[in-house]
Parts: sequence; C-alpha cells; structure tokens
Amino acid sequence: MLEVTGLTKHFGGFTAVNNVDFNLDKGEILGLIGPNGSGKSTIFNMLSGTLVPNAGSVRLNGREIGGAPPHKICRMGVGRTFQIPRPIRRLSILENAALAGYYGHSGVATREEAWRNAAEGLALVGLPTDPYSTVDTLGAAGLKKLELAKALATKPDLLLADESLGGLDHSEMDQAADMLRNIREELGVTIIWVEHIMGVLMRVVDRVMVLDHGEKIAEGKPQDVAADPKVIEVYLGSDADEVAAAAAR
Amino acid sequence: MAEFTDALFSIFFVETLINGLLLGGVLALLSLGLNLVFGVVDVVWICYAEIIMLGMYTIYFLHVDAGIPVIIAAGCGIAVTTILGLLVHRIVIHYLLDAAPINQLLATGGLLFFLQGSAMVAFGIEFRNLGVSLGSLIVSEDIYLSWTRILCFVLAAGSVGVLYVFLSRSYLGAAIRAISQDREIMPLMGVDTKKLYLLTSAIGGALAGLAAALLALQYDVHPFIGLSFGPITFMICVMGGLGNMVGGFLAAFIFSELITIGGYFADLEWGYVLAFVVFIATMFVRPEGLFARKS
Repeated sequence: MLEVTGLTKHFGGFTAVNNVDFNLDKGEILGLIGPNGSGKSTIFNMLSGTLVPNAGSVRLNGREIGGAPPHKICRMGVGRTFQIPRPIRRLSILENAALAGYYGHSGVATREEAWRNAAEGLALVGLPTDPYSTVDTLGAAGLKKLELAKALATKPDLLLADESLGGLDHSEMDQAADMLRNIREELGVTIIWVEHIMGVLMRVVDRVMVLDHGEKIAEGKPQDVAADPKVIEVYLGSDADEVAAAAAR
Repeated sequence: MAEFTDALFSIFFVETLINGLLLGGVLALLSLGLNLVFGVVDVVWICYAEIIMLGMYTIYFLHVDAGIPVIIAAGCGIAVTTILGLLVHRIVIHYLLDAAPINQLLATGGLLFFLQGSAMVAFGIEFRNLGVSLGSLIVSEDIYLSWTRILCFVLAAGSVGVLYVFLSRSYLGAAIRAISQDREIMPLMGVDTKKLYLLTSAIGGALAGLAAALLALQYDVHPFIGLSFGPITFMICVMGGLGNMVGGFLAAFIFSELITIGGYFADLEWGYVLAFVVFIATMFVRPEGLFARKS
C-alpha cells in the first residue's frame, strides 16, 4: 500500500535522507530505527508533507503523495503523532479528536461522522469520550494517547507513530505497544513506528528498517536486524543481546 | 475635595459612565477584527483603521452622492472591506507569513501610508459628513444618550456574541481557535490553513466594515481618520493581550471609561492622557497584556 522509491532530502549541502527505498503491505508494522540525526524524522516529515522531497516518489494506495501539502496528504490517508504531544489546549479532549475527525478524512465528514470518528479513536486508546474532560487533566501517558486518538480520528490508512513510548514508565510502555498492535488488528491500519526503546519495538513490529546518516543500512525481520553486525556497530552497541532476545520473543 | 465629591455623586457622572460604556462598544468592535486576524494569522494589520476609512468613504459616496439608503450603503461598505481584507491577505500577508515580525509590521505599515495617500489623491482632504442623525434618548431631564452610540453598542455587543457562538460552536470556529495556538499541527489534522487564513481575513475585513458603518454615523470621514482610531485600537488589543478577543473586549471598556472619566473631571484630551498613562503603566506591570493567557 506504500511504495517509497529514491526518497532524498537535502538541507543546503547536507543530505539528510539519501535515495531511500521501502515498501509496506496493508496492515504491516514497520519499525524505523537509527541513531539521532539518521534521517528518521526527515522521512516522517516528507511522508506527512511538512517537508518536500528533493527527489523520489511516495505512492500511497497507488496515488503519488510526495510533495503534496500536509492537509491533502492527511485527507489521502496519512495520520501522524508527535514525539512531544501537541494537543490544542483551548479545546476539550473530545474537541481535539473531533476536529481531526471532521477535517481529516477526505475533508467531507459531517458533524455526526466527526464525533463518531473522534469517539472511536478515543475509545480505542482508552480516553474519555465525554465533551467536558479537558486536556489539562492528562498526564504524559494520556497526552500520548490523545496524539494517537487524534491521528486515528482522521481515519488513516497509514499511521506514522513518532516515539510513542518516550516519557512513559514500563507498564505504560507495554500498554502503548499493545495499543499499536490493537490499532493494526482492529482497524487494519498500516503503521510506521519510530522508536528508540528497542526492547518493546522489536516485540511488536513485523519488519525493521535501520537508517544511518540518511541511508538505509539494513531492513528485515526484527531478529535478523538485531543480529546484523553493521546495525550493532552503528546503533545497538552493548544493547544488542537484549534487543535480540526481545526480537526473538 | 468637596468639589470632587460633588462631581463624583453628580447625575452627570452617571451619564459619563454610561457614555463610556457606549464608547467601549465601538472600541470593542474595532479591536475585535484586529485581534481575530492577529490571533489566527499572527500578523498585525497596522493598516486596519485605513480599511475602515475606505469603508466609510464607500458608505459616504453611496449614500450622499448616489442616494442609496444608508442601510444598503452600509451593507455595500461591509462588502467592500471584506474584499479588501481578502486582498490584503492574498496580495501582502500571504507572502510574509514566515517573515520576521518586523518585516510584517513594515509591510502593513507601508500599506497604511499607501491607502492613506491614495485616499487623499482620490477624495481630497476635506471632511465629509454622512448627515444622518438618529437623535438622542432622553433618559431624564439631565441625561441624554445618543441613539447612534446606543446602536453602536448594541451592534458591537451583537457582533461579539455572533463571533463567540461561531468560534465556540462550529468546526470552522474550533479550527480557528486551534490554529491560533498551534499553526503547524493543524494541516496534519487535515485543515487547509490557507483557506482558514483567507476566511479569517474576510471576517476581519467585514468587522472593519461594520465599524466603518458605525463610525460614519458619528464622525466625519477624511483620509486621516485612521490616525484617530488606529493607534488606540492597537493599544486596546495589546492591553487585552494581543490575539485575545475576550481580553481586547474588556480592555476596550477600561479604555473608554478612562477616557470619558478623565474627560469628565478635566478636558477630553486629559481623558486620553489618563488612558495612555494607564496603558504605559500596564505595559510595565504586565507587558503581555492584562488578560493574556498563560502559554
């Protein structure tokens, strides 16, 4: 459902992403990993439309979305969460999700559809669906859930999840990981997940792609990638054994 | 001291307070459009009062020269300023959305002088009066209230109410409130921010047109009328917390009461001096404005 070919982004003389290719099947979860500055966020920004690629193609369900403005890409079926949650604090929890539900999916939702989309997204992540709960009542885990609910309310075919586990404790991390699995299983949403917490990521994803200095250095099943000497050298280091054990589970 | 106490408990002081309230309605309307545009588009239209000036000219020429009834002329004035709001955004602001704030200010400031100069060339410098008087409401033997000011207050309060309902009850309004907090996230939720900016600019222009219609009933129109209202409108918005519509609304009444109370105890000019002194003092104590939200 997603075909990315030759994706490239330069910032002046610096190449942030260089000629990256990958494909995703419907309902697949791809883990996108790599050291800081390896190009993960740049790829997310290009897939969601906040950055225009210098070269390459991004096709979603057979339609080219590379270079399109972000609101059009969202309406074509790409939802995104942020590492640092960005709720609209002036709006209630339900309004936050309803706004995404109203504008997100092809931009033609009715008021009722928007509420329904929002309520479904909120229920799936376990947040209140009443119209009165405010964003200020949410802790770190709640804000991460709201990020997911907002993205889900847009009814995406492809979900870009950016470090959904950051700032969470161990039990919250397990819950968040289960949530991503549920989203795939219940809604059939395809997911690209950027994450630094390898132990959890490796247990959930179907496939892993590793970036370094803007280039793809490895791609494959979690256990194969965890054992790849190049990946161990540039990224996993001393955590390699622990990650390999998680991938094998 | 006795003289001051007598003045304070005089029936004329009550009239002054009511007049301050009525003036506050017009100032609130003026600040509403500017605040709305700033809150959403994040650019201060320094030329806002000049758009009002062009709206006043439209109403004047349609009513006085073309003989069109004043209500229809006012509607046309609002239509003209709505289009002007769209044009200001599309021709100037659109290209400066990511520019430094100083460049945005210089551009809209330049537009102020362009509009002022163009009006002077096109219409001359004479003062023109609409010649419409609605008379006064006689409350008591000593208190007369201008119907024009009462109408202005009612329409201003009504506009604020309509805008409030629109912003709080519609998805478009929710999107406008949301974008004033985080403009980058909204496109990723499917919102076409360019359309939202255009819509906001059109509403800002329409509010300028409504203000023009109400000011044309009370003041002569001339190319420099904007200088009488532009700075004070901007100061009201800053005092209320730039971009905060409720804050601007309340600050308008603080300003108007200070002006009229100062004018009651001394001259009207002293009223303005008092209001500006309070404004400056406010900027020292709360530079972000009296009613600025915590970010």
